[in-house]
Amino acid sequence: MLSVHIEKEFKTTGTPSFQLKIGEELLPGFTVLFGPSGAGKSTLLDCIAGLVKPDVGEIRLGEEIFFDAEKEIVVPPQKRGIGYVFQSLALFPHLSVEENVAYGLLGLSVPERAGRMERVLGAFHIGALQGRTPGQLSGGEKQRVALARSVVTEPRVLLLDEPLTGLDGGLRQAILEDLRSWNAERRIPIVYVTHNREEVDAIGDRVIAMVDGHVRGRGMPREVLDAPRAVALAQAAGFENLLKGRVLEHRTSDGVMRVALAEGHCELEIPLGKAQKGEPIQVAIRAGDILLATQIPYGISARNILPGTVESIETQGTVVNVQVNAGARFSVHVTPGAMRSLELTPGSVVWLVVKTHSCHVVTPQ
Amino acid sequence: MSGEALLLSLRLACTVAVLLLIIALPLAYWLAFTAWRGKFLLESLVALPLVLPPTVLGFYALIALGPRGAVGRLWQTMFGHALAFTFTGLVLASMLYSLPFAVQPLVASFESLDRRLLDASAMLGAGRVRSFFRIILPLAWPGVVTAVVLSFAHTLGEFGVVLMVGGNLAGITRTVSIDIYDRVQALDYAGAHQTALFLLLISFVVLSVVYGMNRRVWAPWGHR
Repeated sequence: MLSVHIEKEFKTTGTPSFQLKIGEELLPGFTVLFGPSGAGKSTLLDCIAGLVKPDVGEIRLGEEIFFDAEKEIVVPPQKRGIGYVFQSLALFPHLSVEENVAYGLLGLSVPERAGRMERVLGAFHIGALQGRTPGQLSGGEKQRVALARSVVTEPRVLLLDEPLTGLDGGLRQAILEDLRSWNAERRIPIVYVTHNREEVDAIGDRVIAMVDGHVRGRGMPREVLDAPRAVALAQAAGFENLLKGRVLEHRTSDGVMRVALAEGHCELEIPLGKAQKGEPIQVAIRAGDILLATQIPYGISARNILPGTVESIETQGTVVNVQVNAGARFSVHVTPGAMRSLELTPGSVVWLVVKTHSCHVVTPQ
Repeated sequence: MSGEALLLSLRLACTVAVLLLIIALPLAYWLAFTAWRGKFLLESLVALPLVLPPTVLGFYALIALGPRGAVGRLWQTMFGHALAFTFTGLVLASMLYSLPFAVQPLVASFESLDRRLLDASAMLGAGRVRSFFRIILPLAWPGVVTAVVLSFAHTLGEFGVVLMVGGNLAGITRTVSIDIYDRVQALDYAGAHQTALFLLLISFVVLSVVYGMNRRVWAPWGHR
């Protein structure tokens, strides 16, 4: 068990100082560290790794002390036996895949070294890439190599900072499976940082939710993130639409309740929850979970179909953010291709289509 | 054309370039990675030869290396002869003079390295020495080449410091640039021209080789 009880303050001129304050016991197996960018997730990993020195507190792995401010013990990163995959992966660009993976295998006998290399290259399916340099690898291949490099040294803790960002679901799942089977017999603590809700669900293990350097929730993903107790956490969980409303009625047999939004005359059907009739709540909907139609859709299972007009369209890379006024204002994400084929312009009349289960209840702060 | 002067200049430039690299590597490493707030003092000190007239530098070098200077006296007790007006004295003064040309390209290339690569190296169990030779040095290679070439070329062309510290002793301290100066003073324009042209060509060829090579150093891993 990895025990982390630390505080670290970052003072910068001009902006308010940032404080990281953590007290957690991290068990063997996956722990997902979830939160928005700037929550201090990577900094926490750097502290565990020994790359950043906390101001006070202690970090222990079982009985072994990595850091103790009072006893003035600071074990340097290279002596901690921790594997760390950075967000940038940090593969050595001048070394081949084989040299990258073997980099940490120092002081081992030749057969031991060869055996470990063979096992890890096999486990992460990168045997065929050995002779290439990182510049010649695809994104997914680089991520596999970085993972293999960090586990081949048999670390006692594994820190993963968004190691699978940018991969499609299938590939991500495949790599996660490789990692899971690698850890099945070892049972070391793996701390997995992400700000992507889909990755949390894909891993499906314990989650620690961080906002502003502090832990705001812990438990299984459904407990922590489907019912984010704090609005800040809902924002962190990627809900662009946070709409104030009031519960109108419960339809227990349909498994839903109706909510009137505070703005306009919109009503939404959302999953049945604990909120009482008349109680003020906030509904969180991800912009990517809303469909846009230019004609009223028929024969569709989605229960919420709201007419509205397009107010503005803003392209951010591969995502087009469409602001729609349907009484209340909604953010909707579509692809540039969808925007073109629907011929969306400000003033276009559209229908918003929202599945019941895309609506999540957040208690106002 | 004076072959003797040319050979002496080449010998001086090579010696200085090699010795300077050995000194500049740890110095540049420290300057690039220390968190010490007062490091700007050392940076200024290293950059000083860039702005000082060579005669000022040469003057102080002469005093330091002379029989009554600290370095000169120490040398005298250790080796039994003086430093000023010798080849060794010339090497020492030239190293001082070319120091920024060796240190600054190294610092720049060390600082431009992705720090996460060094973090990754540490997480894989590597200490500072291993990280330096396996990661920093190979990736900063263009900076190393630049440092060596600049200190070589700068030493090859120096005049003021040599004249102050070395004087004008044929075969010992009379370098190419002083030889050219001598010839111009003696109105031997043809001789001066021959040597000057030769120096120009050598400099151009050396720089071309290095810049051409430098481009290929990047190629294997496709960055930049």
